[in-house]
Amino acid sequence: MKKYSAFSLLRNALSYNRNWSEAWRSPDPQRKYDVLIVGGGGHGLATAYYLAKEHGVRNIAVLEKGWIGGGNTGRNTTIVRSNYLWTEASLLYEKSLKLWEGLSQDLNYNVMFSQRGVYNLGHTLQDMRDIERRVNANRLNGIDAEVVSAEQIGKAIPYINTSPDARYPILGASLQRRAGVARHDAVAWGFARAADALGVDIIEQCEVTGINRDDGKVTGVETSRGTIAANKVGVVVAGNASVLAAMAGLRLPIESHPLQALVSEPLKPVLDTVVMSNAVHGYISQSDKGELVIGAGIDAYNGYGQRGSFHTIEHTMQAIIELFPVFSRVRMLRMWGGIVDVCPDACPIISRTPIGGLYFNCGWGTGGFKATPGSGWAFAHTIAQDRPHELNAPFDLERFTSGALIDEHGAAAVAH
Amino acid sequence: MLLIKCPWCGDRAETEFSYGGEGGIQRPRDPDALSDAEWADYLFNRSNPRGAHKELWNHSQGCRRWFGVDRDTVSYAIERSYTLSAAEQPGES
Repeated sequence: MKKYSAFSLLRNALSYNRNWSEAWRSPDPQRKYDVLIVGGGGHGLATAYYLAKEHGVRNIAVLEKGWIGGGNTGRNTTIVRSNYLWTEASLLYEKSLKLWEGLSQDLNYNVMFSQRGVYNLGHTLQDMRDIERRVNANRLNGIDAEVVSAEQIGKAIPYINTSPDARYPILGASLQRRAGVARHDAVAWGFARAADALGVDIIEQCEVTGINRDDGKVTGVETSRGTIAANKVGVVVAGNASVLAAMAGLRLPIESHPLQALVSEPLKPVLDTVVMSNAVHGYISQSDKGELVIGAGIDAYNGYGQRGSFHTIEHTMQAIIELFPVFSRVRMLRMWGGIVDVCPDACPIISRTPIGGLYFNCGWGTGGFKATPGSGWAFAHTIAQDRPHELNAPFDLERFTSGALIDEHGAAAVAH
Repeated sequence: MLLIKCPWCGDRAETEFSYGGEGGIQRPRDPDALSDAEWADYLFNRSNPRGAHKELWNHSQGCRRWFGVDRDTVSYAIERSYTLSAAEQPGES
């Protein structure tokens, strides 16, 4: 891999940018790998990267049925934060946030991580009580968080409506200053390039159609490009987790739902932070291109169609206009949906399974993007050591039998 | 938006309805006889298929009655809707 630097930019500019090498190879699959990762999204690529980097596994392939980063990695609203309520969840997301903070240097790829802060608004007395509780819980876990008043919000975010006469007046917010946004495509490309440099085979256009087992142990997978044997298989396919689980005869506590988002026409800089509201239900930031990036709630029904119902978007726009009346004339450019895998407790599953050598990383629901590096880091540990790291031990599949659920519906910020 | 046929009220907009998740799940007759894993399977695990799905809807802004819908989870096309009376259960007589 040729290192990206200011010098390489200059050198390639002098040769009219004709000599850039490809960021990752496109190899044909080998017959056998030590570890197969099914799913070439951010989480899968991060898993492969940390497997190679931290655990010295060299014979790894990532199988992607479409193109890398073409699923939820390219369909989210790019928000990164770690201000979850419960210790188990907040430590996992905080691990991820710490990795984000050094990720561009680590990958030698600019993921454009911008710590512009995230405001979670409170509109009722109970909202504010919950916010204070969550902020205190965060600080006890060493995570930066503060409670800010409506007046502070009005000063920090010029166009937000903090009038007490609003239908749902803003009473305050929690603010995590280290939170922010990252460039989602760059995350997939950066992890792919860095993993490829460590010898990981990234195989696109390769759909897994079956999971082969023998005597309770995984032996490989059937794909659209033939049978591939493997000692271990890690499945991280977001909305399609139940489909892959069914191939191995497993059932998961997951429902797949469409989650929609949309962007506006590009505007001059107007919003330099991220604003989220559980109560009126919308979240918004502005991309570097100037588009307002707006996220909605999930559609109620099970769906794999990567699109949702229009009234869900309409509801979100009502919330955004309530918060920012100034945006009422902004035209929307495009909308899309991704398929999110929702768990009953709004927390992920990073776990071994009853089948030896088969691991699942799923259930991230509406909040997976922020966890990309941490999820890959923890999943890589789980696969390499065949046991969970203490950070993801609470997120075992077993918790649904033991009853030790981690209820993060409040901090998940997207209604399920 | 889905156009959903309530068996009692006819075709109505999706916004009148509440979703009830996977249909056809029977509450175990004797929960005490189940292992924790079996109870967890009933409580949490779902088939979540990609394709044909049997599900429950409630006409919460209308007649407030529950009914069953057969819907495709990829095309979202609704094949049919039916009351939950035993006589109308698909695949049963």
